[in-house]
Amino acid sequence: MRLFGGLERLLERLREGLDAMELTTQFAVAPAARAAIWRSRGGGARLEELPLEVTGFDCGEFFRNIGISTVGELLKLPREGLARRCGQALLDDLDRALGTAPEAREYFLPPPRFAAKLELPAEVSHADGLLFAARRLLVQLEGLLAARHAGVRGFTLTLLQSEASTVVEVQLASPAREAGRLGRLLREKLATLSLSCPVEAIRLEAGDFSPLHARTAGMFGDALAEDEGWERLAERLQARLGPDALYGLATHPDHRPEYSWRRVEAGEWDPREFRHPGPRPLWLLQAPRPTREDDLQLLAGPERIECGWWDGDDARRDYFIARFSDSSLGWVYREAGAWFLHGLFA
Amino acid sequence: MTPLEEILQRHPVWRGGAAFSRAAAVPSGFAVLDGELPGGGWPTGGLTEILGLQQGIGELRLLLPALAALTTAGKRVIWLAPPHLPYAPALAAAGVDLARLAVVRAPGRRDSLWAAEQALRSGACHALLAWFRNASYAELRRLAVAAEASCALVALFRPREAAREPSPACLRIALEPVQGELAVRILKRRGALAAAPLRVPLKSPLHALGRSPSSPPASGDARARRSLGLPVHA
Repeated sequence: MRLFGGLERLLERLREGLDAMELTTQFAVAPAARAAIWRSRGGGARLEELPLEVTGFDCGEFFRNIGISTVGELLKLPREGLARRCGQALLDDLDRALGTAPEAREYFLPPPRFAAKLELPAEVSHADGLLFAARRLLVQLEGLLAARHAGVRGFTLTLLQSEASTVVEVQLASPAREAGRLGRLLREKLATLSLSCPVEAIRLEAGDFSPLHARTAGMFGDALAEDEGWERLAERLQARLGPDALYGLATHPDHRPEYSWRRVEAGEWDPREFRHPGPRPLWLLQAPRPTREDDLQLLAGPERIECGWWDGDDARRDYFIARFSDSSLGWVYREAGAWFLHGLFA
Repeated sequence: MTPLEEILQRHPVWRGGAAFSRAAAVPSGFAVLDGELPGGGWPTGGLTEILGLQQGIGELRLLLPALAALTTAGKRVIWLAPPHLPYAPALAAAGVDLARLAVVRAPGRRDSLWAAEQALRSGACHALLAWFRNASYAELRRLAVAAEASCALVALFRPREAAREPSPACLRIALEPVQGELAVRILKRRGALAAAPLRVPLKSPLHALGRSPSSPPASGDARARRSLGLPVHA
């Protein structure tokens, strides 16, 4: 109290701050927090004169029947009877309101999200200008995240135009908070955007914070720094080229050549699952290409692959290694009397 | 010791006859090639252009030993805009750690050049294999600068016609199939010109099989093939 210069000064400051936010307020003061809440709900009346509705007890029907309508009347009732009729919880709440029992209240935490709007001083229609403005908001976001030891997995930038608005979503591979990194990703997104009309204001929103601990950068190019560099590279490539543009390869236990590999997230491959097949080409064609028989000189084979009857895409092919007239080595098969090129031994 | 020898020992004097300086390189895995390449292998921190007449003559098998060595050492490899599907079982069979390999699809020429530059500047890519349909000297020069800043092996696969154009690559090789083998002609390298084409003993898919083909069967079921001792996957 002394710190704020007395109760009146404190209330005045609160009132000023709340008025600035244009909120409708009702003030009430009481020795205990719960009583203050009740009094403010009851329009600032004295505790004894408050109607029972402000307390939020669920025994309203019972109290109405016995002719009790204010907190003061309730307090005059014998405690044992009240406890029997309405339970101990009601008595505990009353004690907390009177200040005879301590109450542990949860501290207010700001919501884990960020939203900020920036009016642009002039209409902007090019990506560089937008990025420059967005950087100011990203720095604010970084400050909030740093205070909460958190990072974001994605954010959205809304470009408010005179008639419409465009939403730019940026996703990250791992939580991050540095404004520089977020800005670089945003630049790739903005570069692919074509704006129909100039932007008047921008709004940056981010939620879904996840904990992020500050990491110290290695003095030398260590493995950790390299992994981080890799993640950032993957993020940038996917931001511009699309999420499917970067993938890893994995083997899959299936004899059919087109099913024996999979597109996976880069880095997901367990070499223990791999069974050594026969000779396989390094290039597989997207679709087998019909070839003429007189162009081929068969060098090795056949290797019969007959499989897949269970999933409706059954294959029954004889594979050969063949040299073409231009001396390239191909992996060809014969099916239903026709020859097809399926891969190249590049 | 004569003064000349003394000078040569004390100062880094480039001599035309001696093929190369001590450049950073990744061993190619082929002794014939390593002996002719500056630094004893594929150069890192510079562009390598591989000019092939056609696909399927062993252009990838030429790089496989280096890729296998890099990936098993935990280095990351990116294949940028490959013309066909890189076939995982064949790569795994050659000893490439697929967990360290990533494929990047880039629809346009500008996108692929951008992606290549990003990969090299990130410092997290140790080998970049890229297929560009056409690229101007200025664009390649930009890539070469990015490659110098990285320590990556950069292999650009380009059509044979590109040999006529100037290039900022520090190594340019042309591939030709000669009697079922691969002949590598070094068009440009750091140091003296290379003379004769080199025959590189690539691992042939036929060695693994060790069998000449029987006549193609008109028809037949798996049981019949099993009795003939031919491989059957069913």
